[in-house]
Amino acid sequence: MSSTTAISPAAIPRQRGARVQLADLLPRLVLAPSFAIVLVFVYGFILWTIYLSLTPSRMMPVYRLTGFDAYHRLWLLPNWYMALRNIAIFGCLYVVFCTGLGLLLAILLDQRIRAEGALRTIYLYPMAISFIVTGTAWKWFLNPGLGLEKTLHAWGWTSFHFDWLINTHMAIYTVVMAGVWQATGFCMAMFLAGLRGIDGEILRAAQIDGASAIATYRRIVIPMLRPVFLSAVIVLAHMAIKSYDLVIALTGGGPGNATELPSTFMYSYTFTRNEMSVGAASAVMMLMTIAAIIVPYLYSELRERAR
Amino acid sequence: MRADATAVGPGGGGALGRAFIYGLLLVFAVIFLMPLFVMLVTSFKTLDEVHNGNMLALPQHWTIAPWLDAWGRACVGLSCNGIAGYFGNSIEMVVPAVAVSTLLGAVNGYVLTKWRFPGHKLVFGLMLFGCFIPFQAVLIPMARVLGLLGIGNSILGLILTHIVYGLGFTTLFFRNYYEAFPTELVRAAQIDGAGFWQIFRRILLPASGPIIIVTVIFQFTNIWNDFLFGSSFTSGANVPMTVALNNLVNTSTGVRQYNVDMAAAIIAAGPTLLVYIVAGRYFVRGLMAGAVKG
Amino acid sequence: MKRRMLLLGAGMAALLTVGVARAQPQSVEVIHWWTSGGEAAALRVLKQDLQQQGVTWKDAPVAGGGGAAAMTTLRARVTAGSPPDASQMLGYAIQDWAQLGVLADLTPIATKDGWDAAIPKALWPFSKYDGKWIAAPVNFHSTNWIWVNTADLDKLGMKPPTTWDELVTVLDKAKAAGMIPLALGGQAWQEATIFDSIVLTTGGPDFYKKSMMELDPAALDSPTMLKVFQRMATLRGFVDPNFSGRDWNLATAMVIKGDALMQIMGDWAKGEFVNAHKVAGQDFGCYRFPGTQGAVTFNTDQFVFFKKGKDLTPAQAQMAADIESKSFQSAFNVIKGSVPARTDVPDTAFDACGKKGIADLKEADAHGTLLGSMAHGYANPPAVQNAMYDVITRHFNGQLKTEDAPKALADAVAAAK
Repeated sequence: MSSTTAISPAAIPRQRGARVQLADLLPRLVLAPSFAIVLVFVYGFILWTIYLSLTPSRMMPVYRLTGFDAYHRLWLLPNWYMALRNIAIFGCLYVVFCTGLGLLLAILLDQRIRAEGALRTIYLYPMAISFIVTGTAWKWFLNPGLGLEKTLHAWGWTSFHFDWLINTHMAIYTVVMAGVWQATGFCMAMFLAGLRGIDGEILRAAQIDGASAIATYRRIVIPMLRPVFLSAVIVLAHMAIKSYDLVIALTGGGPGNATELPSTFMYSYTFTRNEMSVGAASAVMMLMTIAAIIVPYLYSELRERAR
Repeated sequence: MRADATAVGPGGGGALGRAFIYGLLLVFAVIFLMPLFVMLVTSFKTLDEVHNGNMLALPQHWTIAPWLDAWGRACVGLSCNGIAGYFGNSIEMVVPAVAVSTLLGAVNGYVLTKWRFPGHKLVFGLMLFGCFIPFQAVLIPMARVLGLLGIGNSILGLILTHIVYGLGFTTLFFRNYYEAFPTELVRAAQIDGAGFWQIFRRILLPASGPIIIVTVIFQFTNIWNDFLFGSSFTSGANVPMTVALNNLVNTSTGVRQYNVDMAAAIIAAGPTLLVYIVAGRYFVRGLMAGAVKG
Repeated sequence: MKRRMLLLGAGMAALLTVGVARAQPQSVEVIHWWTSGGEAAALRVLKQDLQQQGVTWKDAPVAGGGGAAAMTTLRARVTAGSPPDASQMLGYAIQDWAQLGVLADLTPIATKDGWDAAIPKALWPFSKYDGKWIAAPVNFHSTNWIWVNTADLDKLGMKPPTTWDELVTVLDKAKAAGMIPLALGGQAWQEATIFDSIVLTTGGPDFYKKSMMELDPAALDSPTMLKVFQRMATLRGFVDPNFSGRDWNLATAMVIKGDALMQIMGDWAKGEFVNAHKVAGQDFGCYRFPGTQGAVTFNTDQFVFFKKGKDLTPAQAQMAADIESKSFQSAFNVIKGSVPARTDVPDTAFDACGKKGIADLKEADAHGTLLGSMAHGYANPPAVQNAMYDVITRHFNGQLKTEDAPKALADAVAAAK
C-alpha cells in the first residue's frame, strides 16, 4: 500500500507568522463544521434520547426526570426479549451471509466471465429498490398458499414444503433471506474492487511456488481484503440495525411477535403505543450494544495502521 | 493494481471448472431476479388474474393499464394523478443533498488523511459511529430544530436532514480512498508552495472521479428510498416520491390493486435502477481505485 | 424552477378567480390516511362540499399502519410548530392531544348544529374534553359482523347462525363439505377483531365492559375469559393453514369467490363485495356475530382541528360544520360502507347492510350496548390495546397455551397501564 504519513506543516520550511498559524488551523476549521454537525445532531440527540428515557413521556416528550422506570418496564416486556434474540440471529446471519456470499460472487465474477457487466448489475439491483416495494413480492413468494410452494406443487413437485414465513420459529430466517438478497450485491461490488486492487505480482509468485487456487485465496487474497471487510461490516451492521421497512413489509413483525426487531420495537413503542420513554430506553440499549461491538472493532482496525 | 480480471488458479480452470462457475453464477442470477420477475409479471396482469392465478405465471391477458394508472391516474390521497408529479420533489431533494454531503465528505476525508492532527482517529471514529443512530430516535428532536429554523414543513428541511445523516458515510468512503492516495504528490505540491485548497482542487479532486461516483450512487440510493424523514418533514404536494408511492400502495380498508402497486413501484425505482445500470461500471471502477480498501 | 413558476402562475390565476370580495383565499390543510379507492372517494365528498363553499382543500395524506404513519407525521409537524388545520384521528389519541392543549374548541359549531342531541353518548368520552367538543365524528364502523357467501350457505342447507353453538355447527359442516370454513388474515388486528366479538358473545355486554373497558383484573383472569380463549382456539381450527400474514381483503376475496364460507370482519368488508359487483342479500349476507345481536362494537373516524389563533378559522369552522351535516353524513357513509355518526340521518340512500347497521346502532345506543371496539382503539388506550394484541396473537399463533392465556392477558394489561 502507498505511504500514508501525514504532512506535518512544521516539516516544510516556510515563513513563520500569522499566515502559517492560520494554515495550521485551516484543516481543523474546515473539518469543524462537519464535526460540529455530528456532535449536535448525533450525539446531542443521543443525549436527548437518554434524557427522555428517564422521563414519564407517553405520546409527546415530557421533561420531568423520574428515574429508571422505563428501563424496568422495558426489561419486563416479552417483546423486547424476542427483539433481542432476533437481532442477534438476524444481525449475525445477515453480516456473515452477505460478506460470505458477496465474496464468493466476487471471486466467481473475477474469473474472466463473459457477461460480467450484466451479472454484476443483476446482483446489484436489489439495493436500488426500496423494500417497501419488494417486500410485497417477497411476501407472496414465500407464502405457501400463494408463492413458491404453490407454484412447485402446480408444476408437479407436490412434496415440496416451505412454510417458514408463517412458522413462528422460522420466520426470522425469511427476513434474513430477504435481507441477504438485498445487500449481497453491494458487498460483492466492494469485494470485486478489492480483488482487482490486488497486485498481480503476488498472485503470480504464489502460482509459481505451486500454491493451489484455494490455498492462494485462503492465505493471500482474503487476508489482503481485510480493509474491505471493515467497510462491509460497518455498512451491513448499520443496515441490519436499521432494517425497519424490510421487516414490516415482509412479516409485519409476525407471526405473533416472532420477527420483532429492536427497530420495529422502538417505532412501535414510541409512535404506535404512545410509550415514548420505553421506546427511548430501547434505543439507548441498542446504542450501547452497538457501541460495545463496533467500538472495539473500529479500535483494532484503525489502530493497525498507526505508524 | 490489476487493470482487469485475472483468474487466480490453475490456468483459468478446465472446461468443467468453467461450467461449474457459470452454472453457479446463473443459479444466483435467477434467484436474484425472481422478485423483479414477479413484480414485472404482476404489473401486466388484470386484478382478477392476480387474485386467481399463479404468481409466477405469465399474464394471460397482457395489459398496460396498471402502468398508465400508476403514472397518471392512481390515487395518492384525494387527488388521483398518479405519482408522476412527485418525481420533481424527489429530484429537488436528492440533488442538493447528495452534492453537499459528497463535497463535505470529500473535504473531511482530505483533512483526516493528509492533514493529520492529534486526535484525528477519535474524530473519525466519532463521525463513523454516527452512522448507527436509529432515525426514529432523532425524528422528534430534528422536527424541533427544523421548526426553530423555520423550515419545518419543507423540502429544504429534508435536504438538511439528509446532509446531516449522510456525513458519516461520505466521510468514510473518501477517507478510505484518500488514505491510499500517494502522499508524495501532495508533499511535492506543498514544497512548490501550494496551499490547502489548491492541493485539494488541483491534485486530489481530479483523481477522485471514481470515489465520487461511488459516494453519489450510495447516497442517491439511500436518500431516494428514504421514507421516514420524507413523511415526517414534508406533507401534501411537497412529499418525495416514496411517500407518494406508500400512499398509493398502502391502504387500510380499501381495495388493494396489486398490479398498479407493482407498476408504481417499478416506476419509483426507475431512477435508482437507471443509476445503477448506467453507472454500475463506474461503481466498480471507482471501488477498484481504492475507495474501500482502507 | 420552471415547475415552481408554473405553480405560482396557476396559483395567482386561481386567486383572481376566487373573487375580489375575499380578502384571502380560505383553505384547510388536512392530514389523513384515506388514500385509495373507496376511502378516498368518500372523503372527496367533503372536499367538493368545501370547494363549493369557497374553501380549498390542501391534501396531506400519509398512508400506512391504520394511521400510525400519519400520527408520526402529525407529531413531527406539531413539534416543529406548524400543525395542519385538521387531522383524521382515532380513539384515545384524541384525548392525549387534547391534553396537550393544541386542539381547537368546536363547541360553538356543536351547539348550533345540535351535536349533543344527535351524536350518541358512547362517543362523548372520545370526542369531548372537559365538556367541550374537540372532535367531529364522521361515522360508525362496527366490527361484530360476519360476512357469509350465500351460495355456499345454501349448499350446506343451513341458515345463518345466531348463537355460538350454531356457528360451530355451520363451520363444522363447511369443513366436512370441503370448504374453508373461516377466511382469516393472520395479522394481529384481525385476530383481535375476532376476539372482540367472542368476548361480547361469551360474557355479554357487561363482561365486555368490565374486561375490555374497565380492565378489571378479576374479569381479565376469569373462567369466562378462559372460555373466550378456548373459543378462539376452536376458531383456529377452522382457518386454512396459510392464514398467517394474509391481508384482510385477500381473505374477503376468498369469501367472494366461494372458497371460504365466511369472514369475521368490520363493515368496511362490504366495499370489497360491492367492488366485485356482489349484491347484499343475494350474493352475500351480513349478519351480526352470533350471539351479539343487540350490541354494537364500534370504531369511529373523527377529525380534530388544531388551534391557529384564538378561534377557529372560518375554513376550519366550515369544515367542522360540513362533516356533521346530514347530507354529508349520508353521502359519505354510503360510499364508505359505514353508518352515520348522527342518529338523525335518514337511511334511504343505504343498501340492505347499511340499513341494518343504522337500525342496530339505534338499538344499541338506546340500550347502552354501544361499546367501543378494543381491536380498533375505542375500549382502552393504545398501550393497553397493543398489550392485549400481543397476548391474543401469541395465543392464536400457538406461542401461548390456552390455560395460561387469561393470566398473561391480565399481566400484560397491568404492565401497560
